[in-house]
Amino acid sequence: MDLSYSPEEQAFRAEVRDFLETRLPKEMAAKVRQGHDHLSKADMEAWHAILNEKGWLAQNWPREFGGAEWNAVQRHIFEEEAARANAPRIVPFGLSMLAPVLMKFGSKEQQDHYLPRILDGTDWWCQGYSEPGAGSDLASLKTKAERHGDHYIVNGQKTWTTLGQYANWIFCLVRTDPTAKQQEGISFLLIDMDTPGIEVRPIILLDGTHEVNEVWFTDVKVPVANLVGEENKGWTYAKYLLTHERTNIAGVGFSQAGLEQVKRIARAERANGRPLIENPHFAARMAQVEIDLMALATSNLRIVSKAAAGGAPGIEASMLKVKGTVIRQEINDLARRAVGPYAMPFPSEAVEGDNDPIGPDYAGPLAAQYFNYRKLSIFGGSNEVQRNIIAQTLMGGRR
Amino acid sequence: MNFDLTEERQMLQDTLRRFLRDRYTTEERNRILNSDAGFSADIWAQLAELGVLGALFIETQGGFGGAGFDIAVVFEELGRAGVVEPVMDSAVLGGRLLAAAGRTDLVEEVIAGAAHLALAHGEPVSRYDLTHVETRLTADGGDLILSGRKAVVVNAEAAGHLIVSARESGGAADADGISLVLVPADVAGLTLRGYPMLSGGRAAEVTLDDVRLPASARLGDAGQGWALLSDTIALAHVALAAEALGAMESAVKLTIDYLGTRQQFGRPIGTFQALQHRVADMLIELEQARSAVIFAAGHLDGDTRTRDRHIAAARHLIGRVGRLVAEESIQMHGGIAMTQEYELAHIAKRIVMTDHRFGDTDYHLERFIALSAA
Ligand SMILES: Cc1cc2nc3c(=O)[nH]c(=O)nc-3n(C[C@H](O)[C@H](O)[C@H](O)COP(=O)(O)OP(=O)(O)OC[C@H]3O[C@@H](n4cnc5c(N)ncnc54)[C@H](O)[C@@H]3O)c2cc1C
Ligand SMILES: Cc1cc2nc3c(=O)[nH]c(=O)nc-3n(C[C@H](O)[C@H](O)[C@H](O)COP(=O)(O)OP(=O)(O)OC[C@H]3O[C@@H](n4cnc5c(N)ncnc54)[C@H](O)[C@@H]3O)c2cc1C
Repeated sequence: MDLSYSPEEQAFRAEVRDFLETRLPKEMAAKVRQGHDHLSKADMEAWHAILNEKGWLAQNWPREFGGAEWNAVQRHIFEEEAARANAPRIVPFGLSMLAPVLMKFGSKEQQDHYLPRILDGTDWWCQGYSEPGAGSDLASLKTKAERHGDHYIVNGQKTWTTLGQYANWIFCLVRTDPTAKQQEGISFLLIDMDTPGIEVRPIILLDGTHEVNEVWFTDVKVPVANLVGEENKGWTYAKYLLTHERTNIAGVGFSQAGLEQVKRIARAERANGRPLIENPHFAARMAQVEIDLMALATSNLRIVSKAAAGGAPGIEASMLKVKGTVIRQEINDLARRAVGPYAMPFPSEAVEGDNDPIGPDYAGPLAAQYFNYRKLSIFGGSNEVQRNIIAQTLMGGRR
Repeated sequence: MNFDLTEERQMLQDTLRRFLRDRYTTEERNRILNSDAGFSADIWAQLAELGVLGALFIETQGGFGGAGFDIAVVFEELGRAGVVEPVMDSAVLGGRLLAAAGRTDLVEEVIAGAAHLALAHGEPVSRYDLTHVETRLTADGGDLILSGRKAVVVNAEAAGHLIVSARESGGAADADGISLVLVPADVAGLTLRGYPMLSGGRAAEVTLDDVRLPASARLGDAGQGWALLSDTIALAHVALAAEALGAMESAVKLTIDYLGTRQQFGRPIGTFQALQHRVADMLIELEQARSAVIFAAGHLDGDTRTRDRHIAAARHLIGRVGRLVAEESIQMHGGIAMTQEYELAHIAKRIVMTDHRFGDTDYHLERFIALSAA
């Protein structure tokens, strides 16, 4: 047991910090600091390019594919420092969802073609898993792909497709054998979003943002070469992807940055003539979250180092997901509370053509964000589904 | 003891509920939310016609209700339907304050649906501290001069008059020395910066720059506005609590309905005990919230301290339960509840955002502790 960072790890942290100080554009950090985490496509692409130039974009990829091949501690350090510096988050769909699947199950041609394009930003991927009738019960998905010679013809609908409006490619789970048992008739297909027959329709979320979409497929022709691995084995690949989706699921860095933001606000706000941070009720709420977060950060390190040493990330990933999202949501609740009556304005519309903040400059997006972040416990496998995984793994029994 | 509504209140509840169910559909409200005015003049006129506004005033004020239970009945229904029209601002905060100050002319117009009002009390740094008033009122010959800033003034843009609190004497946080003045919206020196609110409706930042008013603009005596103000805000607390209760009832009903129809894993998700128990907990808490509204409304006419202690208790409890119900309802719906178009999204915002008006859960807990001590 040794909780201290090695000299190499400390040097790495210094390097990361220096990089962030010199290369993270100030305007970008300011936007993130303000809580505008709906950055423009250009902002996100620019940040990817900066990281890629340094070789730090694909942090968990092996070196042979152009990755940084960081270990768990390095990733943790970067995550902490990036959040502290208000760096934008890395868009995960290509880098940490699709890429691991291609590396493990894709053909050599697919790897050579797609992986470099993820790194250099040529392709923006989105995730086509969920359907209107297939949420938690993903295996009930209906979008079907019928083989006609060297093409599949795809028909159906995906939904909740995050940032699908920016994507030029989508990786999809499709049903290729309607007669097989649910999980056994699914394939993993790569689809060019420019193919005729694809329509992307926006879904506006409750905070007024456009971050998810419906994606409709009508007789969409997809070359058989775009099949990943074997036909009808897609469920295996999908589950493999989900274990990667769950790395960094604890979101410790985000929570740490969020808590710092709450503290900044609580120092600036006054309640009954004193700084809010001295208000016993508010201070107690903050302290409780901070204590939970300290424990989570340690759990996260414990679990990810075990995984790095070869232990499979099993139910621990589910545990990190549940606790991590609950903590992040609690921090968002604190931020909303902290600004008092100035949580009421709805700035996303109000700031149009008028950039003066309403009330203190930090207040703007906080209440809207509180609502937006309810998504954290719904997507990526809802917290109920995670609890089912934990309970069923330990105790068996029916769902 | 009798926990039944009187016949009149039962009728009021039935009429209002029916009207809102028929007219205030999700589509209609989404249209209203996207409109420039932020509320519907048509709905407003009909609320007046149905007697909903009159029910919020006592007989001597030109109304036919006005007790805590009348306010609770009306606001529970407004909350249930997620109504964004400014009943709170024009009728309760504005109308009841003017009525208590004896300005019956304007009150008649409010009850008829012909006038809108806004209470401009909170300031950029006052947060929930109701006695914190820095806006100044000074005498100048026979006139009064008003200067200062008011924050998040709900309904300010629609209001023909604003009721503004201002300090004539005392320190920034003293209850003594606060005066109230009635300010026509078109007076020179008054500027508004309007914006929509997250849970619907509109508010504005108000700047008062040497606004000149006749001495008759003052409501009540110089420096003695606090009693009027705190009595009116007590009414608003009951209204807010009841509104949140109505909205919570909607949220729970939507959730139960959805759990019965949404299928995953080949059966309705409502058959999963993990969700059933949470619905049961929401129902238990909802009964607690209902009782809190009842005890707050029932003590509205008691002595100030008893009244305020029950109000603090109710708003604390409802703040707590409201968050639970809003978050659990969204969670148990899954993704669908995250979409702007879905009824629950708006209802959940109404519930949570009541906690930002006149004190949040923590503020009311502190008040309860203070009022319970000694
Ligand atoms: C903002 C956002 C972004 C998203 N981005 C993407 C994306 O990019 N790509 C993509 O494919 N998908 C995406 N999703 C979809 C997401 O993965 C689903 O919302 C999620 O899987 C839940 O499905 P559902 O919404 O249909 O809810 P449902 O599955 O209908 O669940 C409703 C409720 O029932 C509960 N429940 C379901 N089954 C059980 C059970 N057996 N036991 C107990 N409780 C249960 C759930 O936990 C939930 O509380 C996104 C969703 C959101 C909200
Ligand atoms: C101090 C004390 C006094 C008592 N006095 C009396 C008395 O005067 N007369 C009398 O007749 N009995 C009495 N009881 C017995 C009491 O009614 C039982 O303990 C009770 O019914 C629970 O039964 P059990 O202890 O066998 O637990 P179990 O029924 O075995 O339950 C174990 C756990 O499983 C949970 N559980 C069980 N079924 C479900 C389900 N379907 N879904 C979810 N969770 C479930 C339970 O809630 C509990 O947490 C008393 C018990 C105690 C502890």
